[in-house]
Amino acid sequence: MSKSEKKMMRATIPEEEYMFPGTVDCQGCGAAYAMRLALKALGPQTMVVIPACCWSIIAGPFPTSALKMPIYHTAFETAAAVASGLKAGLNIRERDATVLAWAGDGGTFDIGVQALSAAAERDEDIIYVCYDNEAYMNTGIQRSSATPWGAWTTTTPRKHPKDRPKKNMMEIMAAHKIPYVASATVGHPEDFVRKLKKAKEIRGTRFFHVLATCPTGWRSPPELMLELPRLAVETRVFPLYEIENGVYSINRKPKQNIPVAEYLKVQGRFRHLTDQQIQYIQDHVDETWELLLKKEKLGRLF
Amino acid sequence: MSTVKVITGNHAASFGARDSRAEVIAAYPITPQTQIVELLSEFCADGTLKAKFIKVESEHSAMAACIGASAAGARAYTATSAHGLALMHEMLHWAANGRHPVVMANVNRAMGPPWSIWTDQNDSLAQRDTGWLQFYCESNQEVYDTTMIAFKVCEQVLLPGMLVLDAFILSHTYEPVEMPDQELIDEFLPPFDPPYKMDLKDPHAFGALTTPEWYMELRYLIQEAHEKALVKVREVEKEFGETFGRHYGPLELYRCDDAEEVILIAGSTASTTKDAVDIMRKEGRKIGLARIKLFRPFPNKEIRDIASRVNKMIVIDRNISFGNQGIFFNEIKASLYQTKHTPPVYGFVAGLGGRDMKIDDITGIVKQAETCNIEEILWWGVKL
Amino acid sequence: MSEVKFRGAHDLPPCSISVTHELTKTGNWRNAKPVFHKERCIQCGICWKVCPNACIKLGEYPEWDMDYCKGCAVCAEECPKDAIEMEDERVMI
Repeated sequence: MSKSEKKMMRATIPEEEYMFPGTVDCQGCGAAYAMRLALKALGPQTMVVIPACCWSIIAGPFPTSALKMPIYHTAFETAAAVASGLKAGLNIRERDATVLAWAGDGGTFDIGVQALSAAAERDEDIIYVCYDNEAYMNTGIQRSSATPWGAWTTTTPRKHPKDRPKKNMMEIMAAHKIPYVASATVGHPEDFVRKLKKAKEIRGTRFFHVLATCPTGWRSPPELMLELPRLAVETRVFPLYEIENGVYSINRKPKQNIPVAEYLKVQGRFRHLTDQQIQYIQDHVDETWELLLKKEKLGRLF
Repeated sequence: MSTVKVITGNHAASFGARDSRAEVIAAYPITPQTQIVELLSEFCADGTLKAKFIKVESEHSAMAACIGASAAGARAYTATSAHGLALMHEMLHWAANGRHPVVMANVNRAMGPPWSIWTDQNDSLAQRDTGWLQFYCESNQEVYDTTMIAFKVCEQVLLPGMLVLDAFILSHTYEPVEMPDQELIDEFLPPFDPPYKMDLKDPHAFGALTTPEWYMELRYLIQEAHEKALVKVREVEKEFGETFGRHYGPLELYRCDDAEEVILIAGSTASTTKDAVDIMRKEGRKIGLARIKLFRPFPNKEIRDIASRVNKMIVIDRNISFGNQGIFFNEIKASLYQTKHTPPVYGFVAGLGGRDMKIDDITGIVKQAETCNIEEILWWGVKL
Repeated sequence: MSEVKFRGAHDLPPCSISVTHELTKTGNWRNAKPVFHKERCIQCGICWKVCPNACIKLGEYPEWDMDYCKGCAVCAEECPKDAIEMEDERVMI
């Protein structure tokens, strides 16, 4: 059998790699994987803006960089503003590139929310991806407003775990009436790639909320990098949906009613939770899911 | 043919940015800077200026957006004042350390609380160590001219530059401003072409984590660029003078040739001081003025030169470094230490929060310097 | 690690501008290595797809770049045919 006739491995995502191996992320890092997928989806005509986050480290120290695209490393709260300026600078010089702002949950939900909200309000022509590992992981697992209720972090110790729900960033971004808002996870690579490819063809601000596993901070086995976010979707803790020009569509409606406990129990950050607390989380998840189903039924919301 | 317009200092800044062909403007309104961005919005809207104006939600984002634009290889401009400048602080470091020649107009305004919208220099001087070039302007014409001078110098040394104008005294006061032919300006200030920019064909990461192995060298290069900037300011100002007929210099000397005493001051109060010098000269006093135009890089050579020719220096600071002294006063003394000619230097803190500085105040300060204790901080006009 | 070398300040670019390049050889972070059982492989490409660090080469069968593989075991976990097993590499002293 000649070489060309040999059966090759299947590729369900684009084959080209834009990220070198050797990035300095922890074993089983969802953030690293998310970038690998994003760059595959967006292709080589992409420029990346990275504020302070795990990726400030992952991309590699001076004088090397792990991405085959230009990166602008910037201050914590400035991803959306720098991306806006970068796009404007390119436009005025009649140069083109997909400008990708790539921030963690701290840089998106907390310190960067002002600049992000403003960029979305101006409908800047950028793709903003928040890779959400649900705490300040780069500084050592401190709670952010993306940390879920009940989770342990180094600033929400087990005796007093986080007592407020996760901020709903999807809804906040949708309220800006931008053309495209999508959630995705690293457990659904084809779905993430598909959404990014779709987003690439849309003009204006496109926002992604990507659940990115953090074995270090979640106290979970690294090999569950894809399995945990899949469980998050199956238990409806983290619904996969898109809001396209005001129309909600849920990408995955789990047929089985898997209890949230299945998702929580594999993560050390939730191991202190009592049955009663787990039930509280379950109720909250159910309510949010019901509300989302209603929104989908309403058709165009803005 | 050049044109003359009677405009405010703020509009002089806007016209300066327009004629410098700023390509990306990102700004946030703050009194007393607003007219700068209002007029620039008009220019962008009617196509007079081919630029993208990003109407950001804060000064922090204004500077961040300017940095992004500069990283794309575009000429970026912003304007702010006081609290806006303070909010930008982090990104001022970022612009300088990232070597982005962004140019900004800062309307000198006092910091709160209590709220004040009037002029003093503490806002800009508090940004002393960010790595920005700082130009203090005396007139609306100088605001206009310095915009293009700043762009030219900054783009050559890859450092950002701040031109400073006094709140209301310049920002809202009308003066005739001569604007040269665009062709001549374009010749003076060619398009921005940085050696490095965000480029798909030549991808680099900008500002990645740098270990102690090379961080210090990168800082050394900024200091070197500042030293080069001092030379460039002299050169570019000379070229500007030859082309447009106006020359300022890092330290502008007024009636200093035979002066025995010299007043050192920055900003629009220099104009008042010139009148005061004329009056004192008429009374037979051999006095002159050295106006500090360039604060960073600091014109040590020029300061030492004038110090070597006088018997007494009187520094008037519209600012105070709390717990120490007036900032120019300190800087000037530091410049003279361990040099051959160190005349006594008197420092006065005056005119904070926009308190009017009149001719009588200047002559009064000069008079008080005859008898006062040089060891003391001298607060001029404070009600005790 | 890096082949990008400078002799001194004047050899540096004006600001911290990095060159696209392989980074640290992260292979020595590993506690366990993937062991491949070709006979079970159905060439589905999932191992290649899920590697967070692009350490697996896409071809007829997967090939691991052991200079970089951190041993996270995601490939082994995701393999639908258990064709990848993790083997402990820790040296006990």
